[in-house]
Amino acid sequence: MKILVCISHVPDTTSKINFTESDTKFDTNGVQFVINPNDEFGLTRAMWFKEKQGASVDVVNVGGAETEATLRKALAIGADTAIRINTEATDGFYVAKQLAKVVQDGSYDLVIAGRESIDYNGGMVPGMLAALTGASFINTCIGLEVAGDTATAIREIDGGKETSTAKLPLIIGGQKGLVEESDLRIPNMRGIMMARKKPLNVIEPIESDQGTKTIKFEKPAPKGEVTLVSPDNVGELVTLLHNEAKAI
Amino acid sequence: MSVLVYTESESGKFKKAAFEVASYAKEVANMLGTTVTAVSINADNSNELGDYGVDKVLEIKNDKLSAFNAKAYADSIKQAAEKEDAKVVVISSSADSKFLASILAVYLTAGYASNVVALPESTSPFAVKRTAFTNKAFSITEISTDIKVIGLSNNAFGLREVSGSATAESFEPSLSEDDFAVEVVSVDKATDKVSIADAEVVVSGGRGLKGPENWSMIEDLAEVLGAATACSKPVSDMGWRPHSEHVGQTGKPVASNLYIAVGISGAIQHLAGINSSKVKVVINNDPEAPFFKAADYGIVGDAFEVVPQLIEKLKEFKANNA
Repeated sequence: MKILVCISHVPDTTSKINFTESDTKFDTNGVQFVINPNDEFGLTRAMWFKEKQGASVDVVNVGGAETEATLRKALAIGADTAIRINTEATDGFYVAKQLAKVVQDGSYDLVIAGRESIDYNGGMVPGMLAALTGASFINTCIGLEVAGDTATAIREIDGGKETSTAKLPLIIGGQKGLVEESDLRIPNMRGIMMARKKPLNVIEPIESDQGTKTIKFEKPAPKGEVTLVSPDNVGELVTLLHNEAKAI
Repeated sequence: MSVLVYTESESGKFKKAAFEVASYAKEVANMLGTTVTAVSINADNSNELGDYGVDKVLEIKNDKLSAFNAKAYADSIKQAAEKEDAKVVVISSSADSKFLASILAVYLTAGYASNVVALPESTSPFAVKRTAFTNKAFSITEISTDIKVIGLSNNAFGLREVSGSATAESFEPSLSEDDFAVEVVSVDKATDKVSIADAEVVVSGGRGLKGPENWSMIEDLAEVLGAATACSKPVSDMGWRPHSEHVGQTGKPVASNLYIAVGISGAIQHLAGINSSKVKVVINNDPEAPFFKAADYGIVGDAFEVVPQLIEKLKEFKANNA
């Protein structure tokens, strides 16, 4: 089984979010970048398929040279080969088009992407990729098994979960649940050394339209101070929620 | 041309989110000087949509669509959009809608903006405001394609009733075998509980609850508010509550009108997932808990004393306002 894991290179959750160039660009100054958390759960599940079922695991990212450290980390965790598509990830459709080419050229059986990246939160790339390649698609996937050419996947739905089956090739939008937090791997020294020797292939983008573009970013208005209610006067909270916040 | 809206239903009944996306579609149609057509799948009472500005309903009734199927639903909505020559398609942010929207966008060669929180800032160019960086910023996004798909964030717009009526006509999209390549084998869903996605109010508990045996307090508070229950990540990691209740960056996102956090300190990953809730309340005995910086209302106090009092006060309030 050939697995491709799509890796987004995103600012760490604790990063300060600021913008430059008249609020049109994300300010990367002093920002620590990490593997997108939803992708990391998927990558770790891919390692399970590698170790238990002999799958090969490639990772791919759409981005400039600055994203290679993130791909090297994925290699250190255990991926076999990395691919970097050398272009700026400007729009979900544009990214999906680039990835679709890699998926088709590589004849992958299983493509694992995160349900969304924690920077742009579009949540659109996996579904678009499925539509572009004609593969089956399971979103918000929290469990995945593959036997022969058939996958059984569990997806989180509003108020519960749903189990379905699909023939490969399959694309999933994965999240926590594919593996647990405690299963995530911190690369060890041997992994890091080996990752340096593993192939990281840079390919050029294909021509593609994009459907959307960010005109500018805005930050939410600064939040006012919290209104504290005394624990001896809990009724006051009910009054405030009704009269002031109009929330009940 | 018209604005098309996909109005979701469950067991034949429209969800609240369906009325919200219809309300939104109506305002967009007003901006564009056109009408609203809804497409529904196995839903009854199409006339209800008239109260939210829908002019026409394309009713799809098909047993093969009784279980949600992303590709088949996307294909159906695509055909409805083509029939109506829709230039704007509005959908909700439910788990199912988010699943099908990106497929639909490719089928329609449409630009798609998700997590949209307000009416278009302009229609030429077509620009919408959406959340980004896990609610720490907004992106004003231009959709430049001829057809535009908008995914509206839950509870971002609200319901707007109008006096109107909707005509219904039956619609039969032609579906292929390929649409049903993914086969649902089982659904495990709590039907007696409000889901986090649909809830107006969410009551959430953290480590401050000290153990799963104390959860009845959270459930009692949720019950009096008609709320969904949720929990922080440590609580689900320790197995006190199921993972499906974990809200936060790697858990479920919450966009309720009211979010009440009990015994949750407010780690940045937690706040990232709940920040789009409108009104946030925290009850915590540690005045230094970061949640107090994110909350609108707070009580510094022992949850085991405060919550039972709050339940009583809410019961009194309900009795007086019934």
